[in-house]
Amino acid sequence: MSVFDGLKFRKVYSPIHNLDPRIKFVYVCAIFVVAIIFWELLPLIILFVIQIPFVLLAGVKRQWLRSMRGAALLATIIFLTNFIATFIGAGYTVTARNLENAIAMTLRFIVLVESFSIFFLTTSPDHLGLALEQTHIPYEFCFAFTTAVRFVPVLAEEAQTIMDAQKARGLELERGNFLKRIRNYIPILIPLIVSAIRRSLELAEAMESRAWGATKKRTNLYVLKMHRGDSVLVAITIGILATAIYVYLFFKVPSLNELIGSLF
Amino acid sequence: MAIIETKNLTYTYPSVTKPSIIDVSIKIEKGEFTLITGPSGCGKTTLCRCFNGLIPHFYQGELKGEIVVAEINPIEHPIYELATHVGLVFQNPDNQLFALSVEKDVAFGLENLGVPREKMRERVDSALNLTGIFDLRERAPHELSGGQQQRVAIASVLAMQPELIILDEPTSFLDPLSAKNIFEVIYELNRKLGITVVLVEHRLDLIARYADHIIIMDEGKVVLNGETREILRSEEARLIGVGVPKATHLYQILRKDGVKLADTIPLTSDEMAKLLREALKAQ
Amino acid sequence: MIVVEDVYFTYPNSVEALKGVSLTIRNGEFVAIMGQNGAGKTTLVKHFNGLLKPTKGKVLVDEVETTKVSVATLSRNVGFVFQNPDHQLFSETVEDEIAFALRNFRFKESIIKRRVTWALNLLGLTQYRKTSPFMLSGGERKRVALASVLAWNPKILILDEPTIGQDYQQKEKLRQFILQMKTQKKTTIIVTHDVEFVAECSPRVLLMQNGRIIADGEARKILTEPEILRQASIVPPQVAQIFLQLADLEIPRNVIDVYEAREKLLNMLERRGK
Repeated sequence: MSVFDGLKFRKVYSPIHNLDPRIKFVYVCAIFVVAIIFWELLPLIILFVIQIPFVLLAGVKRQWLRSMRGAALLATIIFLTNFIATFIGAGYTVTARNLENAIAMTLRFIVLVESFSIFFLTTSPDHLGLALEQTHIPYEFCFAFTTAVRFVPVLAEEAQTIMDAQKARGLELERGNFLKRIRNYIPILIPLIVSAIRRSLELAEAMESRAWGATKKRTNLYVLKMHRGDSVLVAITIGILATAIYVYLFFKVPSLNELIGSLF
Repeated sequence: MAIIETKNLTYTYPSVTKPSIIDVSIKIEKGEFTLITGPSGCGKTTLCRCFNGLIPHFYQGELKGEIVVAEINPIEHPIYELATHVGLVFQNPDNQLFALSVEKDVAFGLENLGVPREKMRERVDSALNLTGIFDLRERAPHELSGGQQQRVAIASVLAMQPELIILDEPTSFLDPLSAKNIFEVIYELNRKLGITVVLVEHRLDLIARYADHIIIMDEGKVVLNGETREILRSEEARLIGVGVPKATHLYQILRKDGVKLADTIPLTSDEMAKLLREALKAQ
Repeated sequence: MIVVEDVYFTYPNSVEALKGVSLTIRNGEFVAIMGQNGAGKTTLVKHFNGLLKPTKGKVLVDEVETTKVSVATLSRNVGFVFQNPDHQLFSETVEDEIAFALRNFRFKESIIKRRVTWALNLLGLTQYRKTSPFMLSGGERKRVALASVLAWNPKILILDEPTIGQDYQQKEKLRQFILQMKTQKKTTIIVTHDVEFVAECSPRVLLMQNGRIIADGEARKILTEPEILRQASIVPPQVAQIFLQLADLEIPRNVIDVYEAREKLLNMLERRGK
């Protein structure tokens, strides 16, 4: 179950959760762009730090730390490849500049993970589905999306039950060589697929019975409205973008060791 | 006035040879609480699918005979047209809720029909109140118990304000207490709002007391059809393999033994206890 | 024999499903575990074949602690039939489905063949030997699932909600089958909330509520105690309700079966008639 637990959205209310998902998405994209245009460590550190208040405001610190920890392995790999490449390029010497570059590349990745995880941790799938609908994506796709999310916990539970039922009939998943082990999953996959097919037929029946496709002009119980928080986020986003572009065009961003050097 | 009327209705699913329902001619009156029962595979579910147009539109296959539901011929009109007259609640609560919150699910049908938002809100709230789940409106379906999920399913057809609700074994996955609560919700909709109810169920001990009319099917055919107490009076129901309520069964065998019990056949333990008390006192 | 000693169990999502359960099920006993959905019935029986291990406390099956052996090893002695047959059927033919566990337990092919024939026969499935289980009706699929467990002849048989979605005739067949198991002295445990079915089978009843066992005794005793049943959100069987309502007329309590009720009532009427 634990694998699927992360996909279960928990309903919480916070200023961040209440933001319009579309605006949040634009914000994430802005951070993404800024992180890509800068190669220097300093702006990336700033980008990393300015997002921490969002995490605290949303009250998702624990889940956020967990997703950051999940990214740790990949971050290490990015660091090592960057570091080793520059290490070799620089004639097998470690320079402060090389080290800083490798850290910057890693931090860029971390900033991307950070902003995406804030988005997904604070946006209910329901909201996301709604946002999709109101951005004029065909309703069928939005419906498929929310229904898929709805059935994740159901299918996870079902997979567990099937596994238990087959184990009770002496199935040992860990037995045998690699090929045998893959084959061991057949008694789990087949019932899971058969039941998913049956489920989708029943769902289709229920949808039809509830006037699916009655009119092209579908209405919606909820509507996304812009609130004050959303305008604040818009302002923040524009601010970050403008500053970043201005700095990028008119300043030479100092590297951290130059900065430290100039202090002494 | 009949809300459902069929004449010689026979239906065969695609790619099978044997029809699933054969020559079904029944009449269900407006405002009635009707129970359809019979052994597994007798055609109950198939018949329900004919009532809201899933047969023939969704299942195709071959449908013969006549059928009129709420003055509409389901063969000639699309399913969504019937949806505002006939609500169908299925057996498995898990497979009829699609949304990520209860109220969104209840609104699903209305959204499909393009009902304006203010009106939708009103009808959703009223359906939630009628089924006693207003407090659960923001919860996700997987956080609810089976009984609560089934209430959501009922609310979501109720929101479309149908004249007729059909429930196909809505409680077979529930424990007896949740089942009883669901039956009471249904019974209230029937008595207070005058909604016609057609319920498919095996467990007559739980449901016979609410029904005005029983239809018993076997091997695709209607074998018994009439007023509840009339049907349960005969031994026939039990011989077909329908589990009559234990109170009714006890009454039948005691009468056979020559015990003098009053003529109204009991459907519940309360009624049977009353009859026995009279008999024991008379001695 | 199954011995459960002060078992606590908490799911990973921190739901406390068992809160100090102790019980002994002797060989050859027929037990019904009853209670509302979520009372902990299924959680408890999943401890008997090791699918779940206690968070605290001990479960011993034939004197072996369940934490010390694999589910597969325990399953040789403890057969577990799940509620929904569709959660286990996957083979091309009914015959293969029944042989699945036997192959897992590494029986010899000649023995497998014999056992499959025996199990098919026992549950009246012989004609479907070469049929795909997916082509069968719900009741038949349920029987295939049962046959696939019975095939290795486990000493203890656990049936999880065997009556759910079953019609009256199917329940009657199941009852006959369980009585047959009883005469063969096979330990049979059913998890159910079907009071009328339990009243007809009259096993030992374990009543669970909120992770605890709140009553343990003969069906006729437990199912005629409205106070205890109410705690577990169970309604007494109809016959018991009738007799409870007539308690003031010096009528015997502890009656749950229709035919017994008839006998008792006829006796009373006769006595009064005199």
